[in-house]
Amino acid sequence: MKAAPWVERLGYAILVVAGLVAPFVVYPVFAMNVLCFALFASAFNLLLGYTGLLSFGHAAYLGAAGYVTGYACKAWGWPPLFGIALGTLVATALGYIIGSLAIRRSGIYFAMITMSFAQLIFFLAVQFPWTGGEDGLQGVPRGTLFGLVDLSRNLPLYYFVYAVFLFGFAVIHRTIHSPFGHVLRSIRENEARALSLGYDVARYKLLAFVLSAALSGLAGATKSLVFQLASLTDVHWHMSGQVVLMTLLGGMGTVLGPSVGALLVVALQNELASLGSWVPVITGAIFVVCVLAFRRGIVGEVQALVKRSF
Amino acid sequence: MKALFGQLLLGLINGSFYALLSLGLSIIFGLLNVINFAHGALYMLGAFAAYVGLVQLGIGYWPALVLSPLVVGVLGLLIEVLLLRRLYGLDPLYGLLLTFGLTLVLEGAFQQLFGVSGNPYPMPAQLSGGADVRFMFLPWYRGWAVVVSLLVCFASWWVIERTRLGSYLRAGTENPRLLQAFGVNVPLMFTLTYAYGVALAAFAGVMAAPIYQVSPSMGSNLIMVVFAVVVIGGMGSIAGSIITGVGLGLVEGMTKYFYPEFASTVVFIIMAIVLLVRPAGLFGRER
Repeated sequence: MKAAPWVERLGYAILVVAGLVAPFVVYPVFAMNVLCFALFASAFNLLLGYTGLLSFGHAAYLGAAGYVTGYACKAWGWPPLFGIALGTLVATALGYIIGSLAIRRSGIYFAMITMSFAQLIFFLAVQFPWTGGEDGLQGVPRGTLFGLVDLSRNLPLYYFVYAVFLFGFAVIHRTIHSPFGHVLRSIRENEARALSLGYDVARYKLLAFVLSAALSGLAGATKSLVFQLASLTDVHWHMSGQVVLMTLLGGMGTVLGPSVGALLVVALQNELASLGSWVPVITGAIFVVCVLAFRRGIVGEVQALVKRSF
Repeated sequence: MKALFGQLLLGLINGSFYALLSLGLSIIFGLLNVINFAHGALYMLGAFAAYVGLVQLGIGYWPALVLSPLVVGVLGLLIEVLLLRRLYGLDPLYGLLLTFGLTLVLEGAFQQLFGVSGNPYPMPAQLSGGADVRFMFLPWYRGWAVVVSLLVCFASWWVIERTRLGSYLRAGTENPRLLQAFGVNVPLMFTLTYAYGVALAAFAGVMAAPIYQVSPSMGSNLIMVVFAVVVIGGMGSIAGSIITGVGLGLVEGMTKYFYPEFASTVVFIIMAIVLLVRPAGLFGRER
């Protein structure tokens, strides 16, 4: 299912230009929200789409990094870059611990284990005194970048978030197209064969898991600065499901799919925000339709179409 | 001392609900190869069916104990025939994703209809009150809940492990194609198994209604713990999932008494330890 290279390049070009002009077209905070989720979903896709591992607990890394970054910036007065670095580091460590336990089982058990550990993180977030319980961490300062750029204004912050996104996306793109990425795909296609060819499958899986957790953490850390808030929503299992939906809707195992999915889901939730509890109902219905009839996702379908026509 | 036994009893109740739910999950997964994420939502639906029946139609606790699992069972029938059936032969992850979507739909709809807060369900009059046993106060309903839940678990175990019908189920778990070649209507068996597993969840929901409040999120809070229970026990054996469920409920109850701050996390910590020591689960075999 690989599209012609020019299609991919065209897609990237559109993405980069769209990212540059976005804050002048749409509300910058909305654009930043999309970018954070696009990075989150792309990081998740590294695991689901390219390694074939369904983690149902990725909210843990997004949320934990958000809390740590928020706390470091608020309580210790750390500058934003250091705060984000610490949050990402914590998510990486968490990914290492949970990942090394979860890869002991495969398939459906893997999903249940990651989900359970994410629930553990959720309970910890509820209980720890420093996370602010139900209120979350509010009023996280955005700070100044290198002591020069004031990030409390939306436009500079947008370009900072955009840079973070491009960095994360480049890391994922590089990973996918490296020999390491090819081994991951071979594990997805046939784990037993990859193992018999002499690849240490467990180590590859763990590395992919840690990388995915780290980049999810990067997204969560950045997101807590954008909204100046770290809350239980980000560690809740709904969030873990949402990232699966974004990836599935956009097209799992495609480079651009998760970003497209993130854009659609965030836009949809923005539009429907006034409907209250109907939002999960609609989200759930989209989930069901995607699984039943639309498993390749949008980008996957487009790729298949392009491949057929040329 | 009284407090400890009170917590242990509550733990035993939770444990028997874990057992009922993980039993249903196990037989569904064994035959259909689907992890039914909607199990928690259907447990919630069971409780709500009893609640709505009482408030709107005046149907009391005792008929609800039978009717509510029946209603949810029929819903399960529809889910299997209309939705799940289309996913057989694909990666089992799609079954998980589909039932996850269903959970969002059901929970959201009930939140919209009944609000997020809990609705109290009255104790049946025959079982209100309790006895002052020497070391604790035993509310009749709680004792009843434990005994009946465990009886239903045991009956399910007996049917699956000791009867002809159960032997079909076990054969189907091993090799559905071969079973079909012997002339057994396997697709029908799939449907009925799903319906039965789901009805067990609804039954637990009705049992839980007078103890806990009936709220839309009651299922998802429970299902996460039940998943951990399933990982700890492994899905290899029916008796295993019953024992694991009850055991973990007791451990949770004890933790609530001795280290209350760990009560909500202890099951997950045990899961981590089991994964380190015996990755296939206590009673499991790798499949």
